[in-house]
Amino acid sequence: MLSRQATRSAAFSTALIATLAISGSAFAQKKYDTGASDTEIKIGNIMPYSGPASSYGLIGKTEEAYFKMINDQGGINGRKINFITYDDGYSPPKAVEQVRKLVESDEVLLVFNPLGTPSNSAIQKYLNSKKIPQLFVATGATKWNDAKDFPWTIGWQPSYQSEAQIYAKFLMKEKPDAKIAILYQNDDFGKDYLKGTKDGLGAKASQIVLEESYEVSEPTIDSHIVKIKAANPDVLLIYTTPKFGAQTIKKTAELNWKPLQIITNVSASVGSVMQPAGFENAQGVLSAAYAKDGADSQWDNDPGMKKWSAFLDKYMPGANKTDGNLVYGYGVAQTLVKVLQMCGDDLTRANVMKQAASLKDFEPDTLLPGVKINTSATDFAPISQLQMQRFKGEKWELFGPIISGDVNTN
Amino acid sequence: MSAVEDVVTEAPAVEAVPKRAMTLGLGTSLVVLAALVIAPIFVKNFIIFQMTMLLIYGLAVLALNILTGGSGQFSLGQSAFYAVGAYTSAILMEHANMNYALTLPIAGIVCFAFGYLFGKPALRLSGVYLALATFALATAMPQLLKLGFFEHWTGGVQGLVVTKPDAPFGLKMSQDMWLYYFTLVISIGIYIASINLLRSRSGRAFMAIRDNEIAASAMGVNVALYKTLAFGVSAGITGVAGGLGAIAVQFVAPDGYTILLAISLFLGMVVGGVGWLPGSLVGSAFIIFVPNIAEGISKGLSGAVFGVLLFLVIFLVPHGARQVAMVAQQLLGKMIKK
Repeated sequence: MLSRQATRSAAFSTALIATLAISGSAFAQKKYDTGASDTEIKIGNIMPYSGPASSYGLIGKTEEAYFKMINDQGGINGRKINFITYDDGYSPPKAVEQVRKLVESDEVLLVFNPLGTPSNSAIQKYLNSKKIPQLFVATGATKWNDAKDFPWTIGWQPSYQSEAQIYAKFLMKEKPDAKIAILYQNDDFGKDYLKGTKDGLGAKASQIVLEESYEVSEPTIDSHIVKIKAANPDVLLIYTTPKFGAQTIKKTAELNWKPLQIITNVSASVGSVMQPAGFENAQGVLSAAYAKDGADSQWDNDPGMKKWSAFLDKYMPGANKTDGNLVYGYGVAQTLVKVLQMCGDDLTRANVMKQAASLKDFEPDTLLPGVKINTSATDFAPISQLQMQRFKGEKWELFGPIISGDVNTN
Repeated sequence: MSAVEDVVTEAPAVEAVPKRAMTLGLGTSLVVLAALVIAPIFVKNFIIFQMTMLLIYGLAVLALNILTGGSGQFSLGQSAFYAVGAYTSAILMEHANMNYALTLPIAGIVCFAFGYLFGKPALRLSGVYLALATFALATAMPQLLKLGFFEHWTGGVQGLVVTKPDAPFGLKMSQDMWLYYFTLVISIGIYIASINLLRSRSGRAFMAIRDNEIAASAMGVNVALYKTLAFGVSAGITGVAGGLGAIAVQFVAPDGYTILLAISLFLGMVVGGVGWLPGSLVGSAFIIFVPNIAEGISKGLSGAVFGVLLFLVIFLVPHGARQVAMVAQQLLGKMIKK
């Protein structure tokens, strides 16, 4: 039996623990890792401002402008964002040099939205061994969703495989006895799509009558289209980059051949694919999207896109609003701000990763209505929903429900 | 030789450099060496990494210097040799689990053979025509590396991740610092060997071909042999540099070895002074640090700023670091006389 005093002290300590637990959230101790302080959060980034992929550099500029807006509004929990962005010229050795500079010389808290599959592959091992978050990488390869082997790396946009699975699901539902032909680029981009389609079709993969690949160095793919037509499929999946997408749509029309065509989200641009292919040839082509299109008038009264537009007018005057990179940069920057807000006063790298993996139904202003960001300790693919769209007139028309296609690397 | 070709090959880039002027004096060399040995102790790992890259690109520029400054042949294809060296090391390390130090001589030998074989057909070309042929090699290489046929070994567009070696013998040294000293030892070895090569009979043959091919052949120099040999040696050294680069960066991918790398190396050679071997290090520093400086001045116009800086260098000191060094030497000599 306990003595009276012991009982009393036990009761007292229980009460104390309870009080601490309740007040804990309000008086949480401020915790920082390198790169965060009471006044500032240092964010590192690399972008191809020069070199072959320099058109993506606009994403970095959009992010910089977005963080400036956040700072003008008072920052995040009173802390200003110090966004340090360097040029890697889309070259892996330069990416390693610049990221090491960010980590070891500038001492950033995390590396945010580095762009390109080769650059990200080059820095992934380094950042994971140093336990520095590689947040929301700007590439669609599937390998970023690998929480087990690379717990410090997380993707953002839908992976190519998720997108391909969505096309497979759509076909099984709408055209269950389709004879499918696939034209894909012979690299990891094309192969990710191919794998996603086969996984999505499952047992029905036997409906694929032809898999035709082309090299990105080929000047034209007309001969491949002629060969595919000879196999007489009624569905053509166009897993190409923009230039070849336009060629495919044009060539099928020239051959007077009208299969059901589905083209990748990468090549769904009105300006750089549909217009060169000829609007009359592109009628009825299908694709999928996850973000709103800044050039599309149907979003003119959308509250999210109004905010986006106001942001551009104030912080990036003169920007060309039809450029998809502006929509992308805004959305991904908004996601980072959300994560940092969730971190509160615990700005450790571990907590940043934990919060990035705890996003629930987050909807940035620029994503399609219904597309939500969800992550968990095992799901490192923030956006995995898309909606089908059909080309009509001179723009895309969304149709059908929001479809989900989660893919785990393991 | 047509008149046009005469004009082209008479570019000042391959003017006769006396072989004594190709190196630094012993005293100066020791000072530079001491600085390279001591500096890493006082700086952060990131700076050590940059210094390692400085040595590696320095080696690649040195290789081009032997080819152009030594034997008078142009090459815009050094990135291809660099890539072959990098991939050889990476594949041997990751697929055959070979020790990183052993992969380097193999990378060198493979590249030597590759360069020698490429030099054979390239023999018939000179001046800008040779530059274009090597240019074709540089543009083809990244695509060849992506080919499905090799993908099992090269990893295709995804590239290969390379494991960074730890310091051996239980040395208490960071990976970066170990790799730096490792690279330094190899660089010094190659530098000394290169100087000796250029001072040897073969080196004299190279220079004779550079200065006047017809005269050289009349003197009994086997022009075909020495021209291809120069290509082989240059490619071999570039291959070793590529292998070291792969280990330092811990990653190889086709996009790392585009024509831009070849042009950077060419740039480094010109800035360092064609035919002046110590200038390779200066040229390497130029191609690593000046783009960063340019970016610091203006992010949006970094390319333009870089262009202006490059223009200033070419305009003010057309012979690169060699000219600066010579002027400095003369001034120093005058001061001592007084």
